[in-house]
Amino acid sequence: MTALPSSFDVTLALDIVLLVMLLVVAGAVARTRSLLAAIIMFSVYSLISAVWLVVMDAPDVAFTEAVVGAGVSTIILLGAILLTRGEAERPDWRRLIAPALACIAVGGLLVFAAIGLPGLGDAASPANAYVGRAYLEATPKDIGMPNVVTAVLSSYRSFDTLGETTVIFAAGVGVALMLGFGPRASLAPPSAVIGDHHVVPRVAAKLLIPLVALFAFYVQFHGDLGAGGGFQAGVIMAAAIILHALVFGLRETMAAIPPRVARSLASLGVLLYAGIGVICMMNGGGFLDYDYLFPPSVEQQIPGWLLGDSEHAHHWGQHFGIMLIELGVLLTVSATMVTIFYGFGGRTVEAARQEAKQ
Amino acid sequence: MIAFETLHAAPPALTAHAPLLMVVAPLIAACAAALAPSARVSWMISVTGSVFAAWMALAVAGEVARRGVVDYVIGGFAPPLGIALHIDGLGVMVALLVSSAGVMASLYSGHSLTTEVGAEKHTLVQSGFLLCQTGLLGLVATGDAFNAFVFLEVSSIGTYALVAIGEKRDRRALPAAFNYLIMGTIGATFYVIGIGFLYAATGTLNMADMAARLATLDDSSVVQAGFAFVVVGLGIKAAMFPLHGWLPGAYSYAPSLISIFLAATATKTSIYLMARFVFDVFPYGAAFGQAFVTWVLAPLAATGAIVCSLQAVFEKEIRRILAFSSVAQVGFILLGLSLATVGGASAGLFYLGAHALIKITLFMALGGVALSLGARRLGEFAGVAREAPWSATAFAIGAASLAGVPLTLGFLAKWRLIEAALQAGAIWVVVVLAIASLLTFLYVGRMLEAIFFRAAPAGAPRAREAPVGVLAPLWVLAGLNIWFGLDASLPEQLANSAARALLGAAP
Repeated sequence: MTALPSSFDVTLALDIVLLVMLLVVAGAVARTRSLLAAIIMFSVYSLISAVWLVVMDAPDVAFTEAVVGAGVSTIILLGAILLTRGEAERPDWRRLIAPALACIAVGGLLVFAAIGLPGLGDAASPANAYVGRAYLEATPKDIGMPNVVTAVLSSYRSFDTLGETTVIFAAGVGVALMLGFGPRASLAPPSAVIGDHHVVPRVAAKLLIPLVALFAFYVQFHGDLGAGGGFQAGVIMAAAIILHALVFGLRETMAAIPPRVARSLASLGVLLYAGIGVICMMNGGGFLDYDYLFPPSVEQQIPGWLLGDSEHAHHWGQHFGIMLIELGVLLTVSATMVTIFYGFGGRTVEAARQEAKQ
Repeated sequence: MIAFETLHAAPPALTAHAPLLMVVAPLIAACAAALAPSARVSWMISVTGSVFAAWMALAVAGEVARRGVVDYVIGGFAPPLGIALHIDGLGVMVALLVSSAGVMASLYSGHSLTTEVGAEKHTLVQSGFLLCQTGLLGLVATGDAFNAFVFLEVSSIGTYALVAIGEKRDRRALPAAFNYLIMGTIGATFYVIGIGFLYAATGTLNMADMAARLATLDDSSVVQAGFAFVVVGLGIKAAMFPLHGWLPGAYSYAPSLISIFLAATATKTSIYLMARFVFDVFPYGAAFGQAFVTWVLAPLAATGAIVCSLQAVFEKEIRRILAFSSVAQVGFILLGLSLATVGGASAGLFYLGAHALIKITLFMALGGVALSLGARRLGEFAGVAREAPWSATAFAIGAASLAGVPLTLGFLAKWRLIEAALQAGAIWVVVVLAIASLLTFLYVGRMLEAIFFRAAPAGAPRAREAPVGVLAPLWVLAGLNIWFGLDASLPEQLANSAARALLGAAP
């Protein structure tokens, strides 16, 4: 076995391999006319991106990319092609000229900009030296949690996260408006005659669903220590529910979680998040200032040994505030994903035609 | 007339949080509306939320008049670590515009939704409408570039779905909404790519901080590309010619509640954000910023004003005429801003407010008539003036204002633009304005001719007068067109302080 030459940079080699893979998959998505193949390759694309993000030391982003990009958006897109022909038409090449030129211009601009970008991981670059560094230094004092990403997302920039949760809620409202009403072709579970092929998935699903749900809660509450949080947990929870619907039929799932309940939970999640902000405001702080989550009279009741760090009693407010808003995010994200799935589920081409006739 | 310096609209405890409550009140109302047990309740929640937001906007207006600028720190972390709201004269003007349009549209929605959308969907439509308001107000209030993106998305996602449900299930709404979705998403993506580059160059997302740090940097390729992406992205959202392809469809086939609100606010807030980037965040001295305004913004605005006015002249559907007219008017506003003088900015912003008022009047009048008639094409509106005289007269007032007939707000707006162009020595702008105004007269004339002077063909469906619930807000708006045409001190005051805030100079 020969040793690698000392100048061989493993990370760089990995970067190049992953980028080439991304390019190949992206090219294949653009070339294929089969929508099913395109969706599967999109999922592969997301998975490779997630790996690449891990290589770049961004596990939180990688986690989100994996569960959202490779996971739930694949399921939703698969639901959507049930309503189409599954094959895309090959467009006339003349109609592709203008978009192609626009793409080339944008790509050129991106390359032009990249020339001036600081190197990856350059400690002196503005992004790492200024606010980024300040977050790393201030988080233990201000928030008191190991995962700085969670601290930034749910405390320093919690207003952004409220906005993003609202975006998810808005998407749910939109899909419910467009697809949530009208006739359904069939909500019945797959037939259960003796010797049918659904036994294996059913048994497997019965074993899997509780574990997936448990994992969602682990991701939810582990967010302040490692990668994770309400967004990822919400998607994983939704995946458990969608798996139930796929195996046991939409009717069974809708009996457990009616569409109206799912919609209400989505809105309650945002209400919980904004409500925490308003409580902080009523206790004399700014909106979402968790240091004011508990009024002083309550904070004095907390026994000293529970505080951990007695000098930073306000960390309690931060911890509970972050926990509660992450719960709001979990509710909204999982309920919205389920709402979106309900929107597509059970709609077939016939049902859509029937609706168009009315 | 209201003097904002002495305006104490709300008790001090509320005023201290007013910039935030203005954004969060419609958000909470949106959640409540989605939970509402009936259509009626959701409508009441919608009106309450909108009125509360407008009240808070008034409270902010008073504070800004006294202090010049209002900052509100969120989460207890001062920027650049945390996010802060930052509202100056310009923000106040646009916030008042958005929130009052929200009040008018929500009042109107009580009647329009009943005829246009199935009852089971009302709670969600109201929720989406309130989310749209939240997004636009958040976008106006925030002082953080990435936060602005988040709110841009909140408003856009709500809008796509609301356009897609269509007026009376109009199937053409679906491709229109899809078009809007794709274009809007490209615009938002460009914006966020641009912000990414600017973050890489400055290390901050707070707009004021970004501006301060950009002023010390040389023009690097990262900053220039960031500028290009931000401006093109917002240009799509603002329907800047030639990136306006999504607008006519989105305005024409949406339920009338949505076209009313969008026509008054959506493109205006994007213009607001673009103006803040071009004049505030990027030091206007930077060579590429100046080159952009002179060689890209102004010529495109002029072309848009003329080409889209021409398209409006040859359009057959009345709502599409108004939609193309909107794109043309965006050109007028950008022409004013591109003069880059305080006078020009003030005139452009005055025009922005005036156009919002004019279009909301016109779309509401049309919506009121269309509730009973269900007409779209110009010919089908023949003789409507006899059947629905109140709506038709309000429409005529709005149309006159759009054309710029003296004694209306539209006349003053055009006059101020021409005056500012002459002062800046830009004769060609005056020529463009004159040509476009002439074309405006043509298409306004076509609409009024059909409504007032053509007799309805025998056997054609008859229009009914719009219900009082529609006529009341409609006539308030029509009345404002005349009132401000006679006494424009209020909009002038707002536009002047907005222009000063934007360009940071004495009047």
